[in-house]
Amino acid sequence: MKYNRTIENLKKNTFLFQQLVNRDFMQKYKRTVLGMFWSVLNPLLTLLVMRVIFTDFFGRNTAHYTIYLFSGNIVMSFFREATNNGMTSLMNNSGIIQKINVPKYLFLFSRNVSSFVNFLLTLGVYFIFCILDGITFGPHMFALVFPVICLTVLNIGVGMILSAWYIFFRDTQYLYGVFLTLLNYLSVIFYTLDRYTPEVQRRFLFNPIYCIIKYFRTVVIDGTIPSLPFHFLCAGYALFFFVVGCIMYKKYNHKFVYYL
Amino acid sequence: MAVIECKNVSIRYITGDFKSIGLKEYFVRKMTGNYHVEEFWADRNITFSLDKGDMLGIIGSNGAGKSTLLKAITGIMRPAEGSVHTEGSIAALLELASGFDNEMTVRENTYLRGAMLGYTKDFLDEKYNEIIEFAELEEFQDYLFKQLSSGMKSRLAFAIACLVDPDILILDEVLSVGDGAFQRKSGDKMKEILAGGITGMFVSHSVPAVRDVCNKILWIDHGKQIAFSDDVELYCDAYEEFLYTKKLPKNEEDVHKLAVAYQERMKALREENQEKEARKLETIIENGDKPSAVKTAIRILRKNHPEALNEEIIAEEKLD
Repeated sequence: MKYNRTIENLKKNTFLFQQLVNRDFMQKYKRTVLGMFWSVLNPLLTLLVMRVIFTDFFGRNTAHYTIYLFSGNIVMSFFREATNNGMTSLMNNSGIIQKINVPKYLFLFSRNVSSFVNFLLTLGVYFIFCILDGITFGPHMFALVFPVICLTVLNIGVGMILSAWYIFFRDTQYLYGVFLTLLNYLSVIFYTLDRYTPEVQRRFLFNPIYCIIKYFRTVVIDGTIPSLPFHFLCAGYALFFFVVGCIMYKKYNHKFVYYL
Repeated sequence: MAVIECKNVSIRYITGDFKSIGLKEYFVRKMTGNYHVEEFWADRNITFSLDKGDMLGIIGSNGAGKSTLLKAITGIMRPAEGSVHTEGSIAALLELASGFDNEMTVRENTYLRGAMLGYTKDFLDEKYNEIIEFAELEEFQDYLFKQLSSGMKSRLAFAIACLVDPDILILDEVLSVGDGAFQRKSGDKMKEILAGGITGMFVSHSVPAVRDVCNKILWIDHGKQIAFSDDVELYCDAYEEFLYTKKLPKNEEDVHKLAVAYQERMKALREENQEKEARKLETIIENGDKPSAVKTAIRILRKNHPEALNEEIIAEEKLD
């Protein structure tokens, strides 16, 4: 009986999830092909600008500098977009949350799906650039699945935390904007860590986004797979934020409605 | 086994500075000791239980905590104290016109809303035409939602929400949707659902509607439970008198007194109306120039107030 109900609930939630994903795509691309095209073009333009500006400063001594930049950009923009979208996911559905008893995490998950699809599109372009830049492809490239999974879980976790905070404190959005700018500069996107001592270089590992970017670069540019402890580090960050997010949702699930 | 059971349900809102202030403001206020939060109990110790087939009418003036109570029962809010136990699936028709997506078509919105209410895809595929037909939106299926009139939007919301087979139905003032024709149709639909033997809760400011459909009654005032009873007529009478005099009953006796007062007031009102009508008719008979009008007036008067007709008028009538 209980088992049946779980199956039934799962079925209902799956359908609701599909509908929400559908809606988010509709909202994002507004039924236009250009909308989808733009979401790929946007990171490319950013890449172009950075490439033009920074090549003179950092690009001379860095192999495959375009891919080096692109790796940082692609990870950072996925993180930025998914967490920003996740943050507003509960608030934007406040009308529904106040009237209908639906699982709130579905709103967040569906937003993450549309960010993820966007990321995959950019990833396709990324691989085209890899070919153009003479990167050697091999079976080791499949290792990239790992950081993508970690990053996605991380995004969901951070999104959960932010969406809860955003309900309690409305200026979370602005504070997070400032934080993202800071994170952008700390994530070693356009510069290299060569000039720092190994001691200082290790401190950058406290930044989960840098770890994911480093994973990408190690696989794509260096052509090797990172060490096992590094895998644990990435997975650890992702799980940590995800668990904290789940705890927050569990704890505040019935409190949100008072703040809307 | 009770289908809905509320035991000492209390729901607390927090009011004060906390809402819509930012993190920066929060810290500044905390530091300066300027942060004040007040508790506000929307419902206090509400206790009742409903069996299968019961229809509960919830009455009370604005801000009594009726809608909040319904939110606790649907699971949107969790009571701060006490417990809510429900058995079976719940369909809640709270004020539903909000929460649609303006940029999506009527068809897409129907599926989205249906999914939120917990319908399956198969169920919606099967019922879709019925929903659109009921909402009278056949020609607007592929219009964007923002292109609909507000009446159409509420009609769609109602049609999606009521095409279910729930065990528990919760209605919050939803019967006043659309134009007159649609109101009649939605009222009929509600009656049809209720006749199916489901358990229901019904919040309304229309006392006649409560008398019409409910067999149990819950009276709340400012979060406090005034009464829960199955004597719907008595409490409806008392409530109507309360609306008139604004005096809350303190005990059973007061309730009876209020009810009696209401009955008397209604009787006086009826008599007064009848008298007014009789007087009007008499004026027509005395001063009317058209014989047909006079005749009609006499006929009505004879039927309703034979005592008002004196010999003179009858004689006059015979003259014609």
